[in-house]
Amino acid sequence: MKIAIKLAYRNLIGAGLRTWLNVIVLSFSFVVIIWMRGIINGWNRQAKDDMTAWEIGGGQYWHEKYDPFDPFTLSESHAPVPEELIPIINRGEMEPYLISQGTLYPRGRMQTIIVKGINPKQDIFLLPSQKLDTLITDAIPAVTGSIMARNLNITRGDRMMLQWRDAGGTFDATDIVITEIFSANVPNVDQGQIYISLENLQKMMNLPGEATIITYRDGHSPGLTELDGWNHKTKQELTSSVDELIKVKSVGTSVMYVILLLLAMLGIFDTQVLSIFRRQKEIGTYIALGYTRRQVVGLFTVEGTMNAVLAAIVGAFYGIPFLALQAKTGWTMPMDTSDFGMAIAQTLYPAYSAGLVIMTVIVIMFTTMIVSYWPSRRIARMNPTEALRGKIQ
Amino acid sequence: MFVFNHYNKNMENSHVIKVEKLVKRFPIGKGEFTALNGIDLQFSRGEFAGLVGPSGSGKTTLLNIVGSLDTPTEGEAFVLDHAVSRLSAKESAWLRRKELGFIFQSYNLLAVHTVFENVEFPLLLLDYTAAERKKMVMDALEWVGITDKAKSKPPQLSGGECQRVAIARAMVKKPSLVLADEPTANLDAANSHNILKTMENLNRDLKTTFLFATHDDKVISYLKRKIYLIDGKVDKDEKIINQ
Repeated sequence: MKIAIKLAYRNLIGAGLRTWLNVIVLSFSFVVIIWMRGIINGWNRQAKDDMTAWEIGGGQYWHEKYDPFDPFTLSESHAPVPEELIPIINRGEMEPYLISQGTLYPRGRMQTIIVKGINPKQDIFLLPSQKLDTLITDAIPAVTGSIMARNLNITRGDRMMLQWRDAGGTFDATDIVITEIFSANVPNVDQGQIYISLENLQKMMNLPGEATIITYRDGHSPGLTELDGWNHKTKQELTSSVDELIKVKSVGTSVMYVILLLLAMLGIFDTQVLSIFRRQKEIGTYIALGYTRRQVVGLFTVEGTMNAVLAAIVGAFYGIPFLALQAKTGWTMPMDTSDFGMAIAQTLYPAYSAGLVIMTVIVIMFTTMIVSYWPSRRIARMNPTEALRGKIQ
Repeated sequence: MFVFNHYNKNMENSHVIKVEKLVKRFPIGKGEFTALNGIDLQFSRGEFAGLVGPSGSGKTTLLNIVGSLDTPTEGEAFVLDHAVSRLSAKESAWLRRKELGFIFQSYNLLAVHTVFENVEFPLLLLDYTAAERKKMVMDALEWVGITDKAKSKPPQLSGGECQRVAIARAMVKKPSLVLADEPTANLDAANSHNILKTMENLNRDLKTTFLFATHDDKVISYLKRKIYLIDGKVDKDEKIINQ
């Protein structure tokens, strides 16, 4: 094996430009595949981090009737905050919020929305809830996201009427003033919703001390998996949609990997086939000098596989600085991502792991080995005396 | 693991090659072509012999069988006491690796390797250390007088120099038997004589057996034993006692 590696290296280096063309194409595959996988991993991490920071914290307790996909459940999905959670809420490690349906009338238009009541002093979420503490005597302060603001064509300081129906079924209305417009990468905290203070919403809904969802700070789970009337949702469950999305995207991007690998493998396969025809005399000479045909097959397979080894080395030369730079500066998407309807930042920061790099290297090496071995099998059927004369067989 | 029985180079009377009733037929279309037809020959250690004859007389076929690159259809060829037809692929590879050297008409050098690497190749297969290999390669290059070309690659050499490298490669492991197939066919007269002188000296100094396949008069004039083959049969076996 040591000799095969030594000879294969000499043969490859000796082949000059043909080797380097294969190696460069294959090194692109290494770098681009690692970069693309890094982007997907980075997106996955960013999406989960943003969801944690803006929406789900470390996990949540949902009122048992709450269904985020059915707005008609909102009128029934509220209950008093459980006694055992109140001390934790008071310590600032949990935050309740109440959710209701409402209708907004911006500039004479009518828009059905979700109204969320949140504690203005909370610091579990990045929401600028402190702006709900703004003193306005004849209206309720409210904040909303940039997508919602763009859709409604409203800006900070705009005043509009909010209509709602309280727990007893009575309709009422008041003015709200937009005190802040925030920008988040998580559409679930932005699209179709406004935030007002929890106290105001509880008063408006006639539901004092009640909540729809109670969120705990990341890493501060109260350890209560069973709470009467409330369903515990772990962070893993709440981010499973991201995992599903990433899985689908990974399958999509796999097509790109296959195309890249095919291009690189085509070059190696072509070189191998050509070598076996052009280097018949050389094959015969190896046999005459004491190689078995199987050893020559091994030598050609090692030679082909070594393209991948050289490609990994060449790829490392320009790939490591490139990938490191990308991890630092990120990759800014050429189109606006706010309308994508998923938790995706405008700039994605690729995240690479040792596992990702090792797996990519193994997959490419293994594929190259198969592609190198496939045409080399012909050598095993060669007649050495005809090979020595360079006679095409 | 296969254990190779080393040929005892001190046994002066033992046969390096013994060929008995050797027949080789090749399929041609629906029929057969008989390349060798009942050859009986013996070669002792240190012989400088040649198979002489026109094209198609069976010289190269016999050389290939003796070199364990091919097997007989009938009969047997014993090389260093090993029956060629009974050797497995691994065993015949071992025989070639340890005891046989080949010199080809078109040199068959590895073009991308340097002269040093070409000559070193047979030693790589024999587990010599790097220091041993270096010494042996430089010795072999000195025998053939091309030490100054060690770093050159075959495309940079003349035909005569290439054949010298091929001789050095065949001789570097000091094999028991060297098989040379038309070694001067691509060389001019001056180079042919130089090459043949070199091989003659190596035969004398190292007691290596040389077996040529040739129809070149220049080679024939150097041979100490000439076996004339015609249509796959031995026509004449001449030994020159005092040349």
